Amino acid sequence: MNVFEWSFLAGVLTATAPVLLAALGGLLCQVVGVFNIALEGQLLWGAFVAVVVSDLTGSAWAGVAGAVAATVLFSALLSIPAVGLRADPIVIAVGLNLLALGLTAFLMRQIFGSGGTYSSPDLTGLPDLGELGLDVPVLREQSPLVPVALLLVVVMATWLTRSRSGLRLRAAGQHLEAAEAVGLPVAAYRHGVTLAAGALCGLAGAQLSLGNVTLFSEGMSAGRGWIAVVAVMLSGVLPYRLLLACLLFGVAEAFGFRLQGAGLPQQAADAAPYVITLAALVLAALWRRKRSHEHA
Amino acid sequence: MTAPALARRVVVSAPVVAVAGALALTTLVMLVVGVDPTLAYPALIRGAVADGNLEYTVAAFVPTLGMALAFALPLRAGEFNLGGDGQLAAGGVAAAALALLVPLPPVVAVVLPLVAGALAGGLVAAVAAPLSTRLKIPAIVSTLLISTPAVALASYLVRFPLAEAGTGIAQTPTLPDAAHLPFLGGSGYVTIGLPLIVVLTGLWLYADGRTVTGYEIRATGQNREFARYGGVRVDRVAAVALAGGGAFAGLSGALIVLGPPYRFVDGALTAPGYTFTAVAAVLLASARPVVVPLTVALLTVLQVGGQGMEREAGVPSQLTQIVQGLIIVIVAVLATLQARRRR
Repeated sequence: MNVFEWSFLAGVLTATAPVLLAALGGLLCQVVGVFNIALEGQLLWGAFVAVVVSDLTGSAWAGVAGAVAATVLFSALLSIPAVGLRADPIVIAVGLNLLALGLTAFLMRQIFGSGGTYSSPDLTGLPDLGELGLDVPVLREQSPLVPVALLLVVVMATWLTRSRSGLRLRAAGQHLEAAEAVGLPVAAYRHGVTLAAGALCGLAGAQLSLGNVTLFSEGMSAGRGWIAVVAVMLSGVLPYRLLLACLLFGVAEAFGFRLQGAGLPQQAADAAPYVITLAALVLAALWRRKRSHEHA
Repeated sequence: MTAPALARRVVVSAPVVAVAGALALTTLVMLVVGVDPTLAYPALIRGAVADGNLEYTVAAFVPTLGMALAFALPLRAGEFNLGGDGQLAAGGVAAAALALLVPLPPVVAVVLPLVAGALAGGLVAAVAAPLSTRLKIPAIVSTLLISTPAVALASYLVRFPLAEAGTGIAQTPTLPDAAHLPFLGGSGYVTIGLPLIVVLTGLWLYADGRTVTGYEIRATGQNREFARYGGVRVDRVAAVALAGGGAFAGLSGALIVLGPPYRFVDGALTAPGYTFTAVAAVLLASARPVVVPLTVALLTVLQVGGQGMEREAGVPSQLTQIVQGLIIVIVAVLATLQARRRR
């Protein structure tokens, strides 16, 4: 098994993209101190709406737009109670993740007539970059949303460190009272990032159901939203480090996929991304602890 | 308190408002997608209590209550245990393995697998404790991350080393007769798991309200720094709470496996969604442990009834997940509104 061949790298990128998009949303929330663990439900909801709209209209891009719009609406269910009314964001998010699971499974049966997995020749997936003329090894079979995700990392890193509005956002997260005292609209920031995270999760969902594959199956987010939450925790709110954390997951998933091909049981492949993510989380925490002890 | 005043307090209490609100919103969902609520709701009630269904509902109440304790106990210490599925599967597979591989005399053959299940579940949950207290990794994340590999491991064991030879179905062989939980009365579903879990719930309620450990768990949950200052060994308390919760989950898994059809069928433990039904029930009880069995009963009726509704009225049973999700959101909103009014 050669892990250095192009197809493996392409597999890593494909696995990374949806997690990265969702994690970018989680990072934005983290910047202003909103602990957003509803990424999982939003990702699933986005994936579902993308498939429904693409199926109805025959246009994958309409699916993407629909997913973004619908997931922004869904994220308002987090933003209004958790930011507006200051209800417990963790409990709200647990409820919303369950709601997304139930809603998608229920509506799937109502709209497509059966549960499980929906795929159809009528369902249009996102085009490959190869078809669009970008015939480069690793990118050839990726959807256009993959380079968009990578680009967003650069955009977000630059924005958060080089722009006035980005710096203000970080200030609001670092010291709430001070930011309010100098007149920053902190509540608006918090609403804004929560909705923006919704938009990014919509993109992530569309990439998952129309880019990585062209189908919807129940619970297809399969923990990716939680991996994104972990990536945010690992990132130290730095977009480039976030990318690294998401790539780690991508490698784990692509590697698990290969292991399965090499005859290892599917359960090992299912478990691999979680075990590796958890191990990374533990190592990072140990390292941080060691460093703080050295400083003390 | 006078009777009308008491009645008013019950009617406007958070759980009642939350359930009513969630059902109203769900009815709205039904109307939007063209389901007739006047057909769906009666079918739901019949599915839960009519004919032989009540027995089935009572049987489903047992693991749901067990999973409620698995979530509620760590929550009292301020730790979110969302990894119930992994602990449930670990407990089930440990119990099945012991019952299948070690010949045991009667009674012991039931007790030991139950203990093994509780230990396995407790162990899986306990991993999250040092991660939370020493490394500051929130239990809500670590329990979930551990859950998927635990479910995968159980699934692997059931499909390969413990699999029933020659059938190709992902399940263990039937457990030996001695390991079967005895039925309660003349029931064909309800086993002695019911009185067992009821007694354990009683013990938990007593421990929570009346013992030093229970007090320390609550103190840790309400204000960890204050509890530490008061001499509570908060790290140990959090570990005990998480392991205890996991033990309840593991026991629930063992109770399922030792009950009919007396084997570990891959996916049968996690598919009915006991874990999140229980989470919704506990949050619905809004920090009043005594109410937990009632909310568990209510949501079990909803869950089991949902399957009847699907059979009878053709309404997908996933509707009940929508209700559960909405209940959780509404409860959280009501909690802040009430706290605000008190200020």
